[in-house]
Amino acid sequence: MFKGIRLLRAVPKLDYFRFHRLCFALSIALCLASVVSLATKGLNFGVDFAGGILIEARQTTGPIDIAALRSTLSALNLGDVALQEFGTPNDLLIRVERQGSDESERVALDRIRDVLGPGFEYRRIEVVGPKVGDELVIDGILAVTLSLLGIMGYMALRFGWRAGLSGVIAILHDCLTTVGLFSILGLQFDLNVLAAVVTIAGFSINDTVVIDDRIRENMRKFKRMDFRDLINRSVNETMARTVMTNGLVLLAVLALLWFGGPVLFGFSFALLWGVIVGTYSTIYVAAPLEWYLAKRGRALEKEQEAEAAAGKP
Amino acid sequence: MMGVTRLRAVIVLAICFVGVVMAIPSLLPAEKMAGWPSWLWHKQVSLGLDLQGGSHMLLEIDVAHVQRERLNNLLDGIRTSMRSQRIAVTNLQLNAEATGVSFRVRDTSDIEKARQAVRELERTGQLATQPDNTIVVTFDPRELAEQRRRVLSQSLEIVRRRIDALGTKEPAIQAQGQDRILVQVPGLKDPKALEEVLGKTAKMTFHLLDPNTDPAAGRPPEGTMILPADKEVERDGRARQYAVQRRIAVSGDRLTDAQPSTNSQTGEWVVSFKFDGQGARQFGNVTRENVGRPFAVVLDGKVITAPVIREPILGGSGQISGQFTAQSANNLAVLLRAGALPAPIKIIEQRTVGPDLGSDSIEAGTRACIIGYLLIFTLMIAGYGLFGIIANVALLLNMAFTLAIMASIGATLTLPGIAGMVLGLAMAVDANVLTYERMREESAAGRSPLPAIDTAFNRAFTTILDSNLTTLIAALLLYMFGSGPVRGFAVTLSIGIACSMFTAVTVTRLFIVGYLVWRRPKLLPV
Repeated sequence: MFKGIRLLRAVPKLDYFRFHRLCFALSIALCLASVVSLATKGLNFGVDFAGGILIEARQTTGPIDIAALRSTLSALNLGDVALQEFGTPNDLLIRVERQGSDESERVALDRIRDVLGPGFEYRRIEVVGPKVGDELVIDGILAVTLSLLGIMGYMALRFGWRAGLSGVIAILHDCLTTVGLFSILGLQFDLNVLAAVVTIAGFSINDTVVIDDRIRENMRKFKRMDFRDLINRSVNETMARTVMTNGLVLLAVLALLWFGGPVLFGFSFALLWGVIVGTYSTIYVAAPLEWYLAKRGRALEKEQEAEAAAGKP
Repeated sequence: MMGVTRLRAVIVLAICFVGVVMAIPSLLPAEKMAGWPSWLWHKQVSLGLDLQGGSHMLLEIDVAHVQRERLNNLLDGIRTSMRSQRIAVTNLQLNAEATGVSFRVRDTSDIEKARQAVRELERTGQLATQPDNTIVVTFDPRELAEQRRRVLSQSLEIVRRRIDALGTKEPAIQAQGQDRILVQVPGLKDPKALEEVLGKTAKMTFHLLDPNTDPAAGRPPEGTMILPADKEVERDGRARQYAVQRRIAVSGDRLTDAQPSTNSQTGEWVVSFKFDGQGARQFGNVTRENVGRPFAVVLDGKVITAPVIREPILGGSGQISGQFTAQSANNLAVLLRAGALPAPIKIIEQRTVGPDLGSDSIEAGTRACIIGYLLIFTLMIAGYGLFGIIANVALLLNMAFTLAIMASIGATLTLPGIAGMVLGLAMAVDANVLTYERMREESAAGRSPLPAIDTAFNRAFTTILDSNLTTLIAALLLYMFGSGPVRGFAVTLSIGIACSMFTAVTVTRLFIVGYLVWRRPKLLPV
């Protein structure tokens, strides 16, 4: 009977704390770089969030002369107008920055249509008024923040507040660096990418919960074991699962990136980063952080005990 | 054995069968479903506009407009009435929240007369007199709120009539919040016609022109307003201006019909209209008394045309010409037939996906998903052999259940929704991987197959439950507080997770126990 290939012949015996200072430094550096880039460069918001007009058009008569079209469109005085080829030389993506009001966006759309004329068919038209864009940003932030709080609440209830806090910090780390990467690379951030960020958060929690569950189980089994060894043991014991599951997801995401077409590119790219950084953060951020918090806690307890002992002659 | 009884097995298999049957329609193209026997389940998952192509428009109605108009009318009414009764008033103004009007009567002896005059103008308002002779007219906030609701529901009705007149298939029109209407029209090639009929208030009125006022000369006298032309332009490219009497000669409310047609002499496109009895009488009177003078047809504050009245028009029907194309004449006729909106409207968000881009996205998405699935299937078999095949069956069932549930609750599948399915799929795979790895561990610890499997399922189940509940909580919060696309993601994710609890745990367990009973292996085949 074929039993399947084991990727790991035996349970590994790695010490994940050996590099934990280096990893903390790396994570902090990544987060800082993200924050700095977000603060200085900001995000390249798509039309969803920034407001404005997005048109994907295909010329039915043949390749598009983008340079000529660019000069005609810039004569319309609509502010920042970006044109780019999209997929094939017959396809064009036009982005116009947010206009002052909903009415002026209507007018701008009609004028662009007049300039393009009848030779084009419209594959996609998005017009987002200034108000709606702002609302989508606020809704998105609110929804993500509340769901993170919900996760923290549940994990704190199940595994104690230290695990909850470290888990959420790991998720924040994953989301922040994803958003930061989009800022640094200047990739467009739209609603699909937001969905990807939320997916990453979900994936990262799942990973963290699996290891936390094993830690809880081992704590009951080995009551005397040092917490650091306990965490190492738990991560090692679940390593076979981590390699299998995360490997599978990584492959699925690569398929999405490779075959998903230009519309799904931002989404798949965010997921790719998220799977990698999510796996890393579970092992090298959440676990050591929980250990740190526990160590500080225990030191405090000892101090209090010592004080109590000193109080009694 | 292991909590698996014959009855239980039958129930689980029956549920699987039902799930698969319910998912089949969603996997078939719509054309094939046409020949589907009516007694069979035929609900399909509806695709979002981003996948099937179509237009999504969010409209905002200025619901407070009617209220403001009513207050302004009251303000004008009070001014005229006080002047005609020679009551001296000061500080006539709208209050700060625009919910009432106040003014001060100079002479205390006039207060009763002033109150009487206001009563005649406005019956529902509440009157209060302050010690300094200020009379305040306010409206009940509940009544105002009721009025705003009425504006929204009337607008909804008129928007529906306009879209129906365009003859599109299956439009979805619904109110959102207190002042918004969401319109979703699937499968539209060019949304221009939709934009044109949705973004206009379509308030049409007929006015006489004021021949004594030069439109270019500063402030017009009271009773006259300067309006721009809709299409006509001056030599410098700016819209032509007209001096139009404020008084409405005939209102567009009195129209009973409007149709696009061509003028038999010039061949240009016109809109023919017909008034009701009262409108026809008014129109007849105005045209009889003003032969030789120009009058203006005004639509949403713009002069469409301003012809000279050549002869009295007594039959109550006429034509409007205004440099129309076939399309724009038809759109105006649609608007006039559906009636004017009670308040101004504007499009604040529009998303249109052409039908072929939608199908391109589905094709690319489907291809990517199938390849992803195949990779996962192969590796699960490579990694876990027979049990890998069982996990793959469970995964397929998971997908079938997700589609079946989405079809039966009428949920829409969007691009972010596919993302949710992907995460749900990953978590379903993870549930199987967790269980199998645990079996290996237990088996390595020296347990014989049966106890090893039993322990593995029990231990892995707590982990699966924890991770699924955490994700489910996050998904529910996303659904409650997120908007459109994020909600689509949350729905498919929640359904996928809920299904995986059944497929990856119950169904897998049933198959594995079935295998054990059948083959009775000495060693765990994993």
